[in-house]
Amino acid sequence: MAGPMGRGPKAGEAKAKDFKGSLVRLGGYLKPYRIGLVVVLFAAITSVIFAIISPKIMAKITDELMRPVLDRVSGVANPLPIDFSYIFKIILILIGLYVLSSAFNYLQQFIMAGISQKVVYDLRRDIDEKLARLPLKFFDSHTNGELLSRFTNDVDNISGTLQQSITQVITSVTTVIGVLVMMLTISPMLTVVSIIVIPLSGVLMMLVVKRSQKYFIGQQKELGDLNGHIEEMYTGHNVVKAFGHEPKAIAEFDSVNARLYNVGWRAQFLSGLVMPIISFIGNLGYVLVAVIGGILVTKGRITVGDIQAFIQYNRQFTQPIAQIAQISNIIQSTVASAERVFELLDEPEVIPDSEHPQIPKENRGAVEFEHVKFGYREDRILINDMNIKAEPGQMVAIVGPTGAGKTTLVNLLLRFYELNGGRILVDGVDITQMTRAALRKKFGMVLQDTWLFNGTIRDNIAYGREDVTEEEIVAAAKAAHADHFIRVLPEGYDTVLNEEVSNISQGQKQLLTIARALLADPEIMILDEATSSVDTRTELQIQNAMKTLMKGRTSFVIAHRLSTIREADVILVMKDGDVIETGNHDSLMEQNGFYADLYNSQFNQEEEV
Amino acid sequence: MLKLFKGLKPYALLIACVLVLVFISTMTDLELPDLMSEIVNTGIVQGDVPYILGRGGIMLLVALIGTACTILTSYLTARIGIGFSRDLRKKVFTKVESFSLSEVNEIGTASLITRTTNDINQVQLVVIMMMRMMLSAPLMIVGAMIRAVNKDIELSKVIFIVIPIIVLTIIVIAKFTMPMFEKMQKRIDRLNLVVRENLTGIRVIRVFNKVSREQERFNEASIEVSKIATIANRLMGALMPLMMLILNLSIIAVIWFGGIRIDGGDLMVGDLMAFIQYLTQIMFSLLMLTMMFVLIPRAQASAVRINEVLEMEPSIVSPADAVKPTLKGCVEFKNVSFGYEGAEEYAISDISFSAKPGEITAIIGGTGSGKSSILNMIPRFYDAAVGEVLVDGVNVRQMNEDELRSKIGYVPQKAMLFTGTIRDNILYGKEDATDEEICHALDIAQATDFVSKMKEGIESPISQGGTNVSGGQKQRLSIARAVVRKPEIYLFDDSFSALDFKTDAKLREALKKETQNATVIIVAQRVSTVMDATRILVMDEGRIVGMGTHEELLKTNEIYQQIVESQLKKGEEE
Repeated sequence: MAGPMGRGPKAGEAKAKDFKGSLVRLGGYLKPYRIGLVVVLFAAITSVIFAIISPKIMAKITDELMRPVLDRVSGVANPLPIDFSYIFKIILILIGLYVLSSAFNYLQQFIMAGISQKVVYDLRRDIDEKLARLPLKFFDSHTNGELLSRFTNDVDNISGTLQQSITQVITSVTTVIGVLVMMLTISPMLTVVSIIVIPLSGVLMMLVVKRSQKYFIGQQKELGDLNGHIEEMYTGHNVVKAFGHEPKAIAEFDSVNARLYNVGWRAQFLSGLVMPIISFIGNLGYVLVAVIGGILVTKGRITVGDIQAFIQYNRQFTQPIAQIAQISNIIQSTVASAERVFELLDEPEVIPDSEHPQIPKENRGAVEFEHVKFGYREDRILINDMNIKAEPGQMVAIVGPTGAGKTTLVNLLLRFYELNGGRILVDGVDITQMTRAALRKKFGMVLQDTWLFNGTIRDNIAYGREDVTEEEIVAAAKAAHADHFIRVLPEGYDTVLNEEVSNISQGQKQLLTIARALLADPEIMILDEATSSVDTRTELQIQNAMKTLMKGRTSFVIAHRLSTIREADVILVMKDGDVIETGNHDSLMEQNGFYADLYNSQFNQEEEV
Repeated sequence: MLKLFKGLKPYALLIACVLVLVFISTMTDLELPDLMSEIVNTGIVQGDVPYILGRGGIMLLVALIGTACTILTSYLTARIGIGFSRDLRKKVFTKVESFSLSEVNEIGTASLITRTTNDINQVQLVVIMMMRMMLSAPLMIVGAMIRAVNKDIELSKVIFIVIPIIVLTIIVIAKFTMPMFEKMQKRIDRLNLVVRENLTGIRVIRVFNKVSREQERFNEASIEVSKIATIANRLMGALMPLMMLILNLSIIAVIWFGGIRIDGGDLMVGDLMAFIQYLTQIMFSLLMLTMMFVLIPRAQASAVRINEVLEMEPSIVSPADAVKPTLKGCVEFKNVSFGYEGAEEYAISDISFSAKPGEITAIIGGTGSGKSSILNMIPRFYDAAVGEVLVDGVNVRQMNEDELRSKIGYVPQKAMLFTGTIRDNILYGKEDATDEEICHALDIAQATDFVSKMKEGIESPISQGGTNVSGGQKQRLSIARAVVRKPEIYLFDDSFSALDFKTDAKLREALKKETQNATVIIVAQRVSTVMDATRILVMDEGRIVGMGTHEELLKTNEIYQQIVESQLKKGEEE
């Protein structure tokens, strides 16, 4: 069960191993959209420039408004009145600038939204296509949750960054440079005053971030522990109750909860300091500008409008600096996400199908293992030298204790895994010489973990074949003893299986997979007989349906029933992943080996009766 | 959500402090533009440098006070917010621990986990944000307006016109974007579903050569997500440029009308500059409030879910005046019927049987026939709707829960181990078990073999959910956990299903000796597991349709015959 882990702050997230390489590669995904990106760049810069010029122009208005007052103070008896037509002209210019700035800003966002979604779409498509080319080995060694998180968390992370952060970098940098230039043109002296506070803010921020990092990591850990504990206690609720351990569970919870509180409030407090610090630095600059600017005005070095402009610039200045500080973190985590995606994309793929595939002359369903050697890992060979032969129409039973590796055979037959030696022939052709599609077309599977998808029952049954008629579907369902229960459902064949496929029972699911296999009509069947968690009646139906399915086909049965085992033409006895005995029931009993042992322990009691 | 806020009571004093602090810091923020306007109006106009310096000093002081207040606020809100969520989590967890299985089933385990973790985090976030921003934003808006009016009523009209425009713009954009984001979430869920199906069904998909079809399905879902995300982001992207445009245009308006006022001698230039800053502050406060309104509905949904847990009352509680049983190891069902919450029919009806020490009672039947339900009545996971369940001669409703459960060694259907070592897991059954007792329990559960093969023996760690041991090993350990208790009553809920027949047989052999003086009740699917029981209950659709020994049932009971036939078939005939 995938635990719902707390969504804490992103601190302490894994850093990219090859930052530059992954960044460049991510850049590759942006390449097809370079024209759009150039427009974005242009729009962002233009928007910023317009926004930056405006305070300086606005200053002219303030100056004009201030002029009569100052004139009067400096002794001009009758200063000229405020020139409103002049102000009006400037205002028109300003309106133009503001509208353009906002328009370009929006243009930039608009284009970027399109680009980032396209890039993310490309990424998702690449991952999906890659998954189709990955060998089963890969899926067996990674959890679904892990892979799913590539699609969701990592790709989302990248898309968010593309949408927000890239343009933020552009605008922030442009703003800082632009504002600096504008400030310098107004007053180098005031500029120095404004800038002086910046290193100070930088140092303070670094201090806070460094200290809070520790607590964030701690918080993440405690949160993980707490969630783990909660998950465990809730899923094991009946055990906790049966053993009377509620007080212990609560005590344990309290101690983790207290630890979480201790790091949690510290992390929260320190991260909450960033805002006051930034605003204090902003205010400090504000005060300095007001005071020193004010003195400079009295000295006639600058005008009141300049102070007004500076106050606005000051505001525009501190914000992007805070942003740049955050963006570096965001980019770190994005590149780490991208790297995880690229790692997936770089996984070794399945061996491509042979270029000149052989096609078996006849489709009879003969299977032969010749000196097959196999292990999931090179250094741990499970099967050393396996030789079996199944003639068309024969039944091969696979028996052994649980965890004996019975699925290994399925993996090999369908070429989900490659052999380490020897070969497997189907209808006389080495399976590595066939296309996988041609090989798998010969096989049908009915396994314990039935897989059905979120769609109608009809679509699920028809899954194995293209263009089938309604009659064929119904016939298959009938043969699989599924027709009756389907028709009892309110919507019959149009019933949509819900997401968890919980609207039909386990046994019914199995009947549907049998119907699906029947319709596909393969030459060779692989069946798993285990029918635990199925009621007696359905179990009988499943048994009969399986019989129908095996008729006239070569079949490999993971056998649990005595009758099946006895009827089998070949029995493979598996233990710890290896086939240790082969033969039919009688010959194996004669050998008096593991099979005989297993058989006796399992069934002798019945025979005593 | 308001109900949850009652949990803030212990922090009332701290919250009052926060209120004061936020008020002060807001006032300082509003004071700065005023001081600056004085610098312009008086200092600059009169060329009074000492005055400018003096005002500057005051400004600095005011800024410092403001910062000190916000830092303190940050400290207090962290303590309050995190403390609040700690308390709330404890309340929820303690509540859930008191639940019987009915309540857990009603809400669902996964949902309970989310409610205790994510939902509480969600509420915590809002509590902190509220205290930090939501308090200051309205104060700032009101304060700025009051100051503006004080400065110049005429010019304030501009602000009064602009605010509704801003609010309207925000509402309009929110109206358009919110449904978009909801839709987007739905489509993302759909995409995830397709991916999940592809991952779980990978073998089937490949066998049926459906890879390209699945890719199409994936692409469709992926395009849908991209489409809606593009639209949503484009709408959302309009917010900031529009806000900036409104702000800038209103500043121009202030300057224009302010200019006229200045010309008429009704206003000073410094005041005009202060005005512009009020306007900016108001707008940013409004934006902040908007963000809050995005958060609140989400937290509201979480709060409702949390409340549901807190308001639910456990249906099973120990009686105040518990009856002490005198017998040992007897279980008796008297006409017991029981149905799950919300189910139309009883899961089990009219069940009567009794079991004594030294006897093995086996229950067999198909899924949904009510086997596990019978078992779950004994440790009083559920209460009977009709009839009574007696343990040691006393109705379980009248017994103390702890005492009842101390008599029972329960092995669940889904073997559940806890994080810790193997020893910890066995000790779970009996806290003061000695090493010999542990080894003995492992012996009987046929677990000694694989445990000793592990690197650290019984000190080997079990990871969460027991993922580092196989299903069969998990079952054996959970059996050992029950055995170490040396209980009067053993309850095995289909606890041998993951074992191969050989281990199963050996285990039952060993258990037989161990449980000679105990009452054993076994739920099973396999005939071989139940054959040598003292009595077998055959269940079908919630009723006992046969009771007796294997031989008796084989002769008389049709359903039992069917079960036997389906499992043994030809083995029987020879």
